[in-house]
Amino acid sequence: MRGSGRRVSVDKIKQILVQHGRLSSDISTLENSSDLYNAGLTSLATVGLMLALEDEFDIEFPDSMLSRKTFSSIESIHDAIEELQQ
Amino acid sequence: MLGIESQEFLELKNHVVRIGQQIISKYAADVDRNARFPVESVNALKELKLLSAYVPESDGGMGLNILQISKICEILGHYCGSTAMIYSMHMIQVACIVHHSGESAYFSSYIKKLVKEQRLMASATTEIGVGGDLRSSICAVETTAESFKLDKKAPVISYGVDADDIMITARRSPDSAKSDQVHVILEKGQYELEQISDWDTLGFRGTCSSGFNLTSSGKTEQILPVPFADILSQTMHPFAHLTWASLWSGIAADAVNIARASVKKAALQNIEMPPISAIRLGEVDSVLQTMRSNITVAVEEYSQLLQNNDTNAFTNFGFGIRINNIKVSSSELIVDIVGKAMLISGISSYRNDSKTSLSRHIRDAYGTALMVNNDRILLHNSTLLLMHKEEV
Repeated sequence: MRGSGRRVSVDKIKQILVQHGRLSSDISTLENSSDLYNAGLTSLATVGLMLALEDEFDIEFPDSMLSRKTFSSIESIHDAIEELQQ
Repeated sequence: MLGIESQEFLELKNHVVRIGQQIISKYAADVDRNARFPVESVNALKELKLLSAYVPESDGGMGLNILQISKICEILGHYCGSTAMIYSMHMIQVACIVHHSGESAYFSSYIKKLVKEQRLMASATTEIGVGGDLRSSICAVETTAESFKLDKKAPVISYGVDADDIMITARRSPDSAKSDQVHVILEKGQYELEQISDWDTLGFRGTCSSGFNLTSSGKTEQILPVPFADILSQTMHPFAHLTWASLWSGIAADAVNIARASVKKAALQNIEMPPISAIRLGEVDSVLQTMRSNITVAVEEYSQLLQNNDTNAFTNFGFGIRINNIKVSSSELIVDIVGKAMLISGISSYRNDSKTSLSRHIRDAYGTALMVNNDRILLHNSTLLLMHKEEV
């Protein structure tokens, strides 16, 4: 995550994660770098998460970004969205 | 070892064909009839040092690549589906430690032992209570200092009794989420197996895939140093489906060979007028070609990803979907091909006691859609397809 003047809201990402991520860990216990798959994120839940992120941030993930890595942490989701909004 | 066309590999293939004809096919019917472990065939594989074929040459193995391992699986499929499945399942475990053991001193010495002793590795991934989902575990590694205890209720451990070592998935610790998994190796003597179910099935009877309650203890150095999620996406998932599909194509090709022999026999009786079954032979051969071509393309894609060593590429959803498609389509095509071969070969192939029996082939073929159930895979793909986009 670059700098402090984030254009993409981490809180918004967390909110979508709570709604769609079906995590088994409480979001408040997670660091921005915590592994979301280890926190219970499944591939099924990743779909809902991705669709909600695309809708919220008005972006479309290209195939090259559609991998586990992109959705593996709050940080990686944030960086992916920022990259797409540039 | 050099490429798939190298003289060295051609010679190895000839050796595999030789043990296939002289040993593996000789015992295949008995293995099938009695649902017993193909000990003669596995010993023949060990004599050729094939159990460490995927281990790099620098560690004493043959250094074969995925293209070559798939080819060997295909050849074995011609002679005995169970032996080929056992070889494939063993090699998946070998690949997991070759790819993912990193700088571990324990695994480095284990690999040397594997090469020297030609140890047979089994796998306990599924667990009673998780409904076949590889990415969930109930059992957990309970660590005290440098030791651990691990107990698992496994509905299936193929050749569990006859294996030397078993690789097991489990949650990282009793506090971990069900998907926070590690991959652990247990050596013979470190585990006990209490059999909870038999293996009296339609096909692949020689894999002896009974269920067991496993209790074990070991050292923490026996836990692979990367998360199981990475091992699954980079190695276990592609390696399994590609080597399985390859050996299934071998079973299918053997059925087509039997059909071809029957057409030739009929053609000899009246060379002026080809038998009607000749048309069916043309048809089934084209289906076999489709099956093989699909597999070859996928094996080459995986081989390229391994060479590029871009670990992120393995988790691309498109790649996962394509690997799943190979498994599903190959399991459907093998049933189609063996069924067509039976139509060509006629009632003699339907008999259990004829030299041209396809009984074992068709029974094995029907198992392929069920080992990791196709419906589960298609459901998973249908989910991933909501995200995947074909890019031009």
